[in-house]
Amino acid sequence: MGAFKETKLPANAPAAEKALAWVDDRFPASKLWNDQWGQYRAPKNFNVWYLFGSLAALVLVLQIVTGIFLTMHYKPDAALAFGSVEYIMREVPWGWLVRYMHSTGASAFFIVVYLHMARGLMYGSYRKPRELVWLFGFGIFLCLMAEAFFGYLLPWGQMSYWGAQVIVNLFGAIPVIGADLSLWIRGDYVVSDATLNRFFAFHVIALPLVIIGLVVAHLTALHEVGSNNPDGIEVNDHIGPDGYPLDAIPSHPYYTFKDLFGVSVFLLLFSAVVFFAPEMGGYFLEYNNFLPADSMKTPSHIAPTWYFTPFYSVLRATTADFMYVLMAAVAAYVVFIWFKSRLAFVTKAIIAAIGLVLIIGMLPQVLDAKFWGVVLFGSSVMIIAGLPWLDHSPARSLRYRPDWHKWVYAVFALVFVTLGYLGTQLPTAAFTLISQVCTLAYFGFFLLMPWWSTMGAFKPVPTRVTFTPH
Amino acid sequence: MTLLVKKLIAILALAPGLAFAAEGTFPLDRAPDRGDLASLQNGAKLFVNHCLNCHSATSMRYNRLRDLGLSDDQIRQNLLFSADKVGDMMTTAMRPKDAAAWFGAVPPDLSVIARAKASPAGTGADYLYTYLRTFYQDETRPTGWNNMVVPNVAMPHAMWLQQGIRTAKFTDQPDPHEAGKTVHTFAGFEQVSPGTMSQQDFNTATADLVAYMVWMAEPAQATRKRLGAFVLLFLTIFAFLAWRLSESYWKEVK
Repeated sequence: MGAFKETKLPANAPAAEKALAWVDDRFPASKLWNDQWGQYRAPKNFNVWYLFGSLAALVLVLQIVTGIFLTMHYKPDAALAFGSVEYIMREVPWGWLVRYMHSTGASAFFIVVYLHMARGLMYGSYRKPRELVWLFGFGIFLCLMAEAFFGYLLPWGQMSYWGAQVIVNLFGAIPVIGADLSLWIRGDYVVSDATLNRFFAFHVIALPLVIIGLVVAHLTALHEVGSNNPDGIEVNDHIGPDGYPLDAIPSHPYYTFKDLFGVSVFLLLFSAVVFFAPEMGGYFLEYNNFLPADSMKTPSHIAPTWYFTPFYSVLRATTADFMYVLMAAVAAYVVFIWFKSRLAFVTKAIIAAIGLVLIIGMLPQVLDAKFWGVVLFGSSVMIIAGLPWLDHSPARSLRYRPDWHKWVYAVFALVFVTLGYLGTQLPTAAFTLISQVCTLAYFGFFLLMPWWSTMGAFKPVPTRVTFTPH
Repeated sequence: MTLLVKKLIAILALAPGLAFAAEGTFPLDRAPDRGDLASLQNGAKLFVNHCLNCHSATSMRYNRLRDLGLSDDQIRQNLLFSADKVGDMMTTAMRPKDAAAWFGAVPPDLSVIARAKASPAGTGADYLYTYLRTFYQDETRPTGWNNMVVPNVAMPHAMWLQQGIRTAKFTDQPDPHEAGKTVHTFAGFEQVSPGTMSQQDFNTATADLVAYMVWMAEPAQATRKRLGAFVLLFLTIFAFLAWRLSESYWKEVK
């Protein structure tokens, strides 16, 4: 830390330049801008999949701004909440627009985040040295799910109420402390005014604060290690005479304006929903949620909002009969690790012991299927965090992996969408069977990745990025 | 006939789950499109005359009806029954406690009912249009009325004077899937006494009422769509300009 030095500019320099110099002497404004965006070098071969990061940031801002205006008129009170939402829709000038932007924004957030994560999966964006970028991003995803869950209670409709009741009751499946834990979360014996007030606090301040912090960490980590690209190669390996990577360009103006174009197309689609189909056929705003919450009337069909349904399907697939299949799967996985992995004997022994404990725990006399359903539900989300350590493929990008890997990813995407669809439907025997097959496929994709990701004939990876000038 | 109905009622009373499952099984008629101002005004008149006696629409302000081309004076003179001022909400004079005692259930608030009743079986309008036209006389019910869409509904037929009194015919046929069992199926209505309206006029009046309830469920709907067209037009131009602007920079990248 040197002595303070005032930047000397000629007397006739523009006022804005002088003002910026004054600020820069006291705060690293220009430095932050240049490090994080202006002079941040990004690979020049980004494709359309690389728009979803900036779109997620845009939706976050939209949600915060519309959320602030909604908070000015919304009443977090079990007796007033439902009416206050209708008050916003009718009496508050432009209230209907703000509310529809917020409700559509919630679904839009998950759409762009799922696509953003799919991009990471396709091009191996989580691989070393970007593990922390992935983990911070995963943290954002977790907080986003919590944020959506808490926010969904606020309109205090039937689906808000019973959805919250079902999810909070999941904690009741935890042995010994479960019942007390769900009581502690609700603050009452049923979802009530106390629950509404605490969910409001989490939704409007606690989680947004954490999300913003994680977004800063996600971007800082990314700009520290540099962006991946569709070829999955490091642009930093080829530095030009100017000291910058040959295949990278400054984010500003190139990605500023490319992202602006992406934003304009996104807003076009977003506005089409907001203005012409805000309910989106009952997926973005569920019909049942136009009935005020009633603790005496349980709806015949309670389904979470669409963005939770893939994981919810895993929960519902875990029936008592399915436990025997799971026990066999655990045993098979332990045997597979024993013969196929090059882990130390002690590690293998520990894994076998864990497997044995799991199998014993899965016996109906020990812990019931409901508990394991909750465990699998949680695991289906948490396992995504493990990707940087599960993927052992020699090529980061799907482009240079064996062609059959593309089919594996396609089947995984189909399994995820199928689980999502089944989660919105009433369970039938056939649907339950399909969701069980999909559950096994879902976990198989991740747990067997250390092996299948190394198999097959890999294509030669280029040393420089693939780019066609516009 | 009555014996059969009684049998059905007994079965339904014994199995509340069955009664619940029965809801939604009656096929919904498609509500005619009655979105013009005259229909909506007629619907508003029917709504305040026939629905607001028992139901409320507490999110709906009387003078929001100005959006339907009515003046404050017209609203005050023709439609203001349950409140004193045109700026008041559409509340009901009936106390919830009394309602529960008289009907066995508190009549639900109707502000957004047209949105709540949408389902894969049809729009909220289809549901209301079918529900309001399928009341029939049933002496086994406390109110003397039953309904095809919501079996054993607590609500009596509010517009029976207009539709007249009808009964429902049911037939029992052998169950093709199980020998010795019969299937109880609806076989049409029978008009017992005529109403003040022809069946045709009653259908139109109900369609107007439903159109009003759809409007009331989201009064901003027309504004939303009108504005939406301009927003999409603007964004299309903006997207085109943003694309050209982006391309003009990307030309330099070799």
